Amino acid sequence: MSERSLDAASLQMLRVAAGRGVETVWDRLERQQPQCGFGDLGLCCRHCVQGPCRIDPFGDGPQRGVCGATADTMVARGLLRAIAAGTAAHSGHAKHLAHVLAKVAGGSAKDYAVKDDAKLRAVAARLGVDGEGKDTLELARAVSQAALAEFSEKESPQAWAVSTLTHGRQEALGRLGAVPGGIDAAISEVMHRTTMGVDADPLNLLAGGLKCAVADYAGCHLATDLADILFGTPQPVVSEANLGVLKERAVNVALHGHNPVLSDLVVTAAGEVQQEARAAGAEEGINLVGICCTGNEVLMRHGVPPLTHAISQELPILTGALDAIIVDYQCIYPSLVQVAECYGTRVVTTMGIAKIPGATHLEVEEEKALEQSKEILRLAIVAFQARQGRPVEIPAVKTKVVAGFSTEAIVAALGKLSSEDPLKPLLDNIVNGNIQGVVLFAGCANVKVPQDRNFITMAAELLKRDVLLLATGCGAGAFARHGFLDPAATLRYAGPGLMAVLTAIGEANGLSGPLPPVLHMGSCVDNSRAVDVAVALANKLGVDLDRLPVVASAPEYTTEKAVSIGTWAVAAGLPVHLGVVPPVLGSRVVAETLTAGLKELTGGYFIVETDPLQAAARVYEAIQQRRAGLGLATRAFAEVG
Amino acid sequence: MEILIRYERCLGCHSCELACAVAHTPGKTLIAALAAAPPPRKRLFVEQGDGHRLPFVCRHCEEAYCVDACISGAMHRRPDGTVTNEGGLHSCVGCWMCVMACPYGVIQADYQKREALKCDRECLTASGTPACVAACPMGALVYTTVDEFAQDRRREYGQDHILPGLQAG
Repeated sequence: MSERSLDAASLQMLRVAAGRGVETVWDRLERQQPQCGFGDLGLCCRHCVQGPCRIDPFGDGPQRGVCGATADTMVARGLLRAIAAGTAAHSGHAKHLAHVLAKVAGGSAKDYAVKDDAKLRAVAARLGVDGEGKDTLELARAVSQAALAEFSEKESPQAWAVSTLTHGRQEALGRLGAVPGGIDAAISEVMHRTTMGVDADPLNLLAGGLKCAVADYAGCHLATDLADILFGTPQPVVSEANLGVLKERAVNVALHGHNPVLSDLVVTAAGEVQQEARAAGAEEGINLVGICCTGNEVLMRHGVPPLTHAISQELPILTGALDAIIVDYQCIYPSLVQVAECYGTRVVTTMGIAKIPGATHLEVEEEKALEQSKEILRLAIVAFQARQGRPVEIPAVKTKVVAGFSTEAIVAALGKLSSEDPLKPLLDNIVNGNIQGVVLFAGCANVKVPQDRNFITMAAELLKRDVLLLATGCGAGAFARHGFLDPAATLRYAGPGLMAVLTAIGEANGLSGPLPPVLHMGSCVDNSRAVDVAVALANKLGVDLDRLPVVASAPEYTTEKAVSIGTWAVAAGLPVHLGVVPPVLGSRVVAETLTAGLKELTGGYFIVETDPLQAAARVYEAIQQRRAGLGLATRAFAEVG
Repeated sequence: MEILIRYERCLGCHSCELACAVAHTPGKTLIAALAAAPPPRKRLFVEQGDGHRLPFVCRHCEEAYCVDACISGAMHRRPDGTVTNEGGLHSCVGCWMCVMACPYGVIQADYQKREALKCDRECLTASGTPACVAACPMGALVYTTVDEFAQDRRREYGQDHILPGLQAG
C-alpha cells in the first residue's frame, strides 16, 4: 500500500477501500496493465479512418502510417493536439469568467459583483482600456468585452500575452511566429494543421505548438485576472488541510473542479443556510472543504480547507462523512459516482458540458446561482440526515496551511521590507545567494507516481539548498497535506540563507516568524501569477526571462492542461522539469528538440527525469547555470548533503 | 506450458511484438530499448487475414521440422522443451534450412549475424510468463497447458451454445 501514497490519510482510506472492495484509481491503473507501448511513445495515430496506424519503434515493422506520416510527424501531431486540448480547457474556464463579468456589468447576474475594483482598473490600464471617468460597472463591461474579443479570429497580437510579458520575450516569440491572435483561433489552427494531410514537418508543427501554448498562457492569465476582479485578489489566509478537516457532526460538502464561478457563491450560500443545517441536527453546521483547483480557489480567497487532491479524490467518500461533492469541470473522475453509491454521498454536477451518469445534475445559471447553491446545499443536508447512525472513519490527519500568495500579496509582503522598491529585497537576496533561485512546482498528481513522492522529495532537497519555492494546483495541494505550507516547516526544511529571508519578510509583516517555505500561489490557471513575479524580476534586472534563475517543475503531471502549461513555460524561456515521461520518445527529432533544440530558440527546454533526487539535482544545476550566466556566485548540488 | 492463442480475442494491437522485442534487451524497459544498438527484434508476428488478426508464435514442436532440417546441428531442443539455435553444441551458419522447413513461418533472419532468429523463451517475467503473453491486454495469448486450454474452450462453448438451449427447453 505504501507504494501508492506518502499521505497518511490517503493510506488509511486505501486500507478501508481494500477491506470493503471499493475500486479506486490505483486499482484501475493495475487493471490497465500492460498499457500500450505505442501510445507510451506517441507512435499511434487515429487522426483519420485509414488508420489507426502505428510505427514500429525498432525499425522492424512499418515506418510510416498509411498516409505516409513518419514517427516524427505522428509524435509532433499528437503533442500538438494535447496542447490544443489543454488550451481549450483553460480558455473555456477563462471565457466562462468573461461571460460572468459581462453579465455583472449588464446587471443580469445579481449574485455576483466586482469585488476588486483596483484589480479591474489595473487590468484595464494594462490592456489600454480607458478607465477615465468610468464607474466600476462601465469599466467591467469594457474589460469583459475586451476579454471576449481575445478569443476569436483577430489581426492584432493576443493582448493578454503581450501585455504581460517582457519586451524581449515578445520579440523572441515574434521571431518564431509564436504570438497568437485569438485564443480559439490558435486552438482551431492546431486542429487544422494536425488533421490528415496538412502539416507533416515536425519542427514546423512544434513551432505551431508553441504558438498555441502562448494562447494557453493568455487564457490562464485572463482567467486569473477576471477571477480576481470578480471574487477578490487573494491575500494570505490560514487554514488546514487533509481528511482530518471533515467533521462528523457537520454537513460536509466538498467543492471540486476548477472554477470559482459557482464555488465562490457556494461559500456565500453556506453562510446563509447554516441555520437550516443546525436545525437538521448538524451541530457544527455546514463544513465546506475543497478538492483540486476549485478547492484552491476557495482556499485562496476564503480559507476553505483543502481536503485532498486529484488522484485521491475518491478517498474522502470512504470516510462515510462526506455528504455531497459539488463539481464544476476538469479532473473530476466519473468513478466518484460508483464510490458514492456505496455511501450515500451526493455527487452534484452543475455544468452543461460536464455531466456524469448517475450523478445529480443541477445546471447552474449565473442569473440565479445563489439560490441554486442553497438548493444544492439542501441536498447535502438531506444526505447528512440520512447518514445518521452510520459509522464514520475520519483520519486524524491534518496540517496547518498558510496560502493566498497572489503576486499582489507577495509584493505587498516584500513592500514591508522596502516600501519604495518592493522587489529589491528579493533581487538582492538572489544576487547575494541567500536565495539561489526560484522553482515553481506546478501540475497534477499522477497515479503512476506514489502520491506526493516527487513533490516532497524534490522540495526538501531544494529548500535546504536555499531555493525559494512557489506552488500551484495539485502540487500546492501535496505541499499543503505534508505541512510545507506551515511557517514552522521553514525552520525544518529551509537552508540558512532562505530561512533568513523568509524570517525577515515574515517578521516585517507581523507574523513573529517566517513565511512558509512554499508559497501557495493558487490553482493551475494561476501559474500566470508566477509569470508575473518572474516578469517583474526580469524587468527590474533588465534581462529577459530566459536568463533568470527560475525553473518550473511538474514532477507528477497528468493532464493535457499540464502539457500546454509546460509548453508555454518553455516558450517563456524557463527550464521545465517533467517527472513523468511524456509520450514523445517515439521521435528522436521531437524529443531532442524539446530537451535541447528549443534552448536555442526560446531559452527554455524540458528536463525529463523520473527519479526525484536526480531531478532535484538537475533542476538545481539549471538554476546554477543561469546564475553563472548572470555573473552570480554558484554552488554545486553536492555542497549540501 | 505452451503459448496458445484465442484468435477471436486478438485486436491486432501488436503489444506482444513490442514486449517481445523489449524483453530481448538488457534493460528490459521500453525506454531503454529505444537506445539499444542494434535495435531489438520481435520473435512473434501478428498477421492479418480476411479481417481476422492472426498471431503467429513458435510452437516449439515435439517433432520439430526446423531441428530435422538444420545442417549445422545448431537447432536443438533444450531439456525444458524450448527449440532454439542458440547455446547448443554447434553454431548457426545462416543457411535458412529451418526457415524453409518451418510451416508456420516464425523463424526469421538476423542478417547482421547471419543467423536464424526465433522465439527462445528468454523473455520470462518475474512470474515466469513469456513477455508476449504478459503484454497482451486482451488475453488472446495465453500461457497454459493444452489440456487446460481445451477445458476452457469446452466451458465457453457449453455456456454460450449448449446451456441456453437446455435452459430454454
